[in-house]
Amino acid sequence: MAATDKLSARLRNEGEGDASGGTFAKGNVSHTARRADKDDATNTAADDSEDERVPRTLRDAPAKSDRALATAKMNGRRDKPNKSSKARAKSTDKEESKNKEKKRVPDKLEKEILARSEKYQRGLKLTSTGDDGKEPVAAIKVRSKKAQPKIEHEKRRREHAIIDAARSEMLLTEQAGYLEAEGEMERTYKVTQDQLADSLDINSRAKIFDLKLEEFGPYVMDYTSNGRHLLVGGRKGHLATMDWRSGRLGAEFHVRETIRDVCWLHNENLFAVAQKRYAYIYDHSGAEVHCLQKHVEPTALGFLPFHFLLASTGMTGRLMYQDVTEGRIIGEHKPGYGPNHVLKVNPYNAVVHMGHGNGIVTMWSPRQSQPLAKMLCHKGPVQAMAIDRSGTYMATSGLDGSLKIWDIRNFKSLHEYSTMRPAQSLDISQRGLLAAGWGANVTVWKDALVSKVDAPYMKRLLPSTTVSDLRFVPYDDVLGYGHSSGISSIVIPGAGEPNFDAFVANPFETTKQRQEAEVKQLLDKLAPETIQHDPTFIGRLDPRSRDERQLELLESRRDQYAKDKADGKYLDNEVKNKMKGRNSSAKRFARKRANNIMDLKKLNAIESAEKAKLENEAKRRKIPESEKGALGRFYDEKRATD
Amino acid sequence: MKIKALSRSTAEYTRETKSDIQKLPRNIDPELHPLERAREYKRALNAAKLERMFAKPFLASLSGHIDGVYAMAKNPWDLDSVVTGSGDGELRMWSLSSQETVWRAPEAHRGIVKGVCNIPGGETDRFLSVGTDKLAKVWSRSESAVASDGITPETVATYTGKHAFSGIDHHRNRPLFATSSSLIEIWDVDRSEPITNLTWGADTINTVKMNQTEVNVLATCGTDRSIILYDLRTNSPLAKLVMTLSTNAISWNPMEAFMFATANEDHNVYTFDMRKMDHAVNVLRDHVSAVMDVDYSPTGQELVSGSYDRSVRLWDVNKGHSRDIYHAKRMQRVFCVKYTLDNNYVLSGSDDSNLRLWRARASQRMGAKSNRERSAIEYADKLKDRFAYVPEVRKVLQHRNVPKGIKKASRTKQDMLQSRKRKEENVRKHDKSGKPRVPERKKAILGVTSK
Repeated sequence: MAATDKLSARLRNEGEGDASGGTFAKGNVSHTARRADKDDATNTAADDSEDERVPRTLRDAPAKSDRALATAKMNGRRDKPNKSSKARAKSTDKEESKNKEKKRVPDKLEKEILARSEKYQRGLKLTSTGDDGKEPVAAIKVRSKKAQPKIEHEKRRREHAIIDAARSEMLLTEQAGYLEAEGEMERTYKVTQDQLADSLDINSRAKIFDLKLEEFGPYVMDYTSNGRHLLVGGRKGHLATMDWRSGRLGAEFHVRETIRDVCWLHNENLFAVAQKRYAYIYDHSGAEVHCLQKHVEPTALGFLPFHFLLASTGMTGRLMYQDVTEGRIIGEHKPGYGPNHVLKVNPYNAVVHMGHGNGIVTMWSPRQSQPLAKMLCHKGPVQAMAIDRSGTYMATSGLDGSLKIWDIRNFKSLHEYSTMRPAQSLDISQRGLLAAGWGANVTVWKDALVSKVDAPYMKRLLPSTTVSDLRFVPYDDVLGYGHSSGISSIVIPGAGEPNFDAFVANPFETTKQRQEAEVKQLLDKLAPETIQHDPTFIGRLDPRSRDERQLELLESRRDQYAKDKADGKYLDNEVKNKMKGRNSSAKRFARKRANNIMDLKKLNAIESAEKAKLENEAKRRKIPESEKGALGRFYDEKRATD
Repeated sequence: MKIKALSRSTAEYTRETKSDIQKLPRNIDPELHPLERAREYKRALNAAKLERMFAKPFLASLSGHIDGVYAMAKNPWDLDSVVTGSGDGELRMWSLSSQETVWRAPEAHRGIVKGVCNIPGGETDRFLSVGTDKLAKVWSRSESAVASDGITPETVATYTGKHAFSGIDHHRNRPLFATSSSLIEIWDVDRSEPITNLTWGADTINTVKMNQTEVNVLATCGTDRSIILYDLRTNSPLAKLVMTLSTNAISWNPMEAFMFATANEDHNVYTFDMRKMDHAVNVLRDHVSAVMDVDYSPTGQELVSGSYDRSVRLWDVNKGHSRDIYHAKRMQRVFCVKYTLDNNYVLSGSDDSNLRLWRARASQRMGAKSNRERSAIEYADKLKDRFAYVPEVRKVLQHRNVPKGIKKASRTKQDMLQSRKRKEENVRKHDKSGKPRVPERKKAILGVTSK
């Protein structure tokens, strides 16, 4: 099964729910009707119908899928429990009984493709052509007769593309890993890495290892986006990069300073390190490329690969964005919650999430000085955070001992787990496995984001260590973690995406390909303005007409004017239209605004400003010895004047 | 316990030898492609910028004529050759690939050469020319070869008319040709006198164009602002269309036989359906001076027009504005334009005695392309198409550096049109009769008469 767990779960739901049964039925009605038409008209051979049948039904079905429409209403990507589905199910039940003769159950393949196709439905639906007219209409109404057929054509084309994309999944070669209990008594979390190693091939077995580095720990780590290179940084200044599968060491050196976080930039040629004073950028050979002095006492780093932005936060509590291609500071935000050490980048929309000491999580875009959103997540400081690649789920852990799962599309809490001690580090794998490191333990949950699960999927305990950082390896079933006495790598079956896209991240990349990819990445570098909660806002049409837009603009200007007037920006009509001739409204307006006109208000303001000035000066004067008294020798002259 | 962990063998994902192609598996799961909309937008913007960067439409200026180029004919049987006639009566045949004159007749006519056209069938290098000297002459590159340069070769045949000719066109498959002067004359190539005269109204005819698909229909336009369609089978006119200003040239659509485009004095190009001429099918407006010539591309989807405002414009027949404008510093009033028959180039002849060769798509490059290059171009085109409505992309795609004169004139013209429109609206507003608005496609049409 190439379909992900989420999809298979959805498919199961569809089997049970009435609503989707109705969906299929509707799809079939029109299908059979159309086929009948075709038979009447051309009397085609029955042979070709078998091949045609599948896409045609599917073409109809997704357009009418009520779940998909609910999705379209929300954000066009994924579904959400639909309140009205039951009500609609009733109405469709009636139809079903009417069309009982015509009903045909879609075969397994159709169902599977249909289930898969949902994840390819990007963006809003153009129209919802519910034949019965009962479907909620998320359609764009077009008055133009000329545009109508174009839109219809586009809609059909899209539907084809969705189905084709879903069908193309059968071309994927790799299957995801798994670890499944067979008997009633078996538990997956009881499987140790040694037991696992016995039943793995030699290639995978080599991925289980512990590196003992007891001198400079605890360690933080990062993998490149293709999962091939590992960067480790010891708290006490040890830095090393390696091609971890082959064990080939890249650069290894000691910075003789505290290292708080490490982070790869766009490929394995450059990496950033959060050191005691500043953040630094080193190249693959370990040579220092830049010292980023604007990042003062950084504690956490994050890299936005499509925007080429390095984000950092630190003891100052600020969030800094620096463009690593041209070195400009793109944004500097002050959340104002004190020192900070939790920063994660949402891979779906490149929004930076920061966890604060008061339990708040804030979300940032580089060009907006206010956070996009604030969530109170914990009663104590936020300890760790992880965001899944679809941008749906966020996991946070706090010092209050809880581990919470959030839906960050609507900022709601979904489930809560607890660890024996507050989780120090969290990560979510590509296929949605959640890993938490607490004390000497690493615990991995499966399906923990979608639903509340009772038991973990896998566990590991490394005695007398403290886990400091853990990361899933992209495109591999491996979890690497740094702890107080080195780094470890363990196999977690089913963690990684089995089928990589070589144009996105290629674990088998050659030097030439890397160079080529770098050029392409730079060409496609996005402006920081593209970072928003919903990244699909780009290129979307403004449905308002020109008049409506102008009206809104006018109104906003009027409001602004009223506000300014209330703030005293414009003086009230002190200036009358006294002059004869050579007068115009524009000139009058200019005269009103001119600031060389003296009136009572202005005189008062000047008077009060002068008074304040005098007072300040009085404060600033030297304090005579007599006024200082017995503590005169402790008097700091400088401070007193301030 | 069922256990399986991902384990990719390097051999499967890397090439064995250097001659192998690299293995690049794809996965189109949207979750693997975050921010795809933003990235595609950025790519579209880059593609648009690259398109404008590579937009170098001008290829060559073919010089040789001493006076302006006023007539041009392309040869449907030979992509390479084109014949031009100039104001001093000279005829030249050009080879487009070598960009030089291959044949010339210095004193082919006394006065202006008003029209040239190729003769189909038999020897495909024969062509006809007419001039203001009341003569129509048949030439052949092989038969009327130049003895020594600078001496006018012998004609194959000469026909003498009664009036100064203004245009000529040959029948597609019969040995007939039509000339225009103050009347339309149909000539049989074997006779010295015209076999038929066609008239409707008494004024000078600007040009005559035979339909090459619906071969018995011909269209003419005259200084009395009329466009007249004739049928050769009945030797009688079909319909007469009168517009507000006169038409300078006509071109029949090679793919849709009933469609034709006209170059009008009122700065616009109109396309008409000959079956229903009470309104234009489309009005193409961008020129700021009279349009002197118009020609369809062989696909029938595009148009090229040359204007008195010293520019050449390229149009999509279904759109209202031009998709590109070509101009050159030394190019004067353009009197004739042609779309080459491979759909890749455009020719313009102008007052400055030069024939200019342009690319039909300014940023397109000829020559063999690798598969990767082609797919990259296709992808870029698709992206540009998709994001064409986004203001940033549109701005890049539509921006053209236009000569100051044209820019200024177009602004003035826009003001004029707007004020005219405003006035019309105001009149309408205060008019109780409630007359319906006249569509733009009907505005320039005074009337149609059918026979």
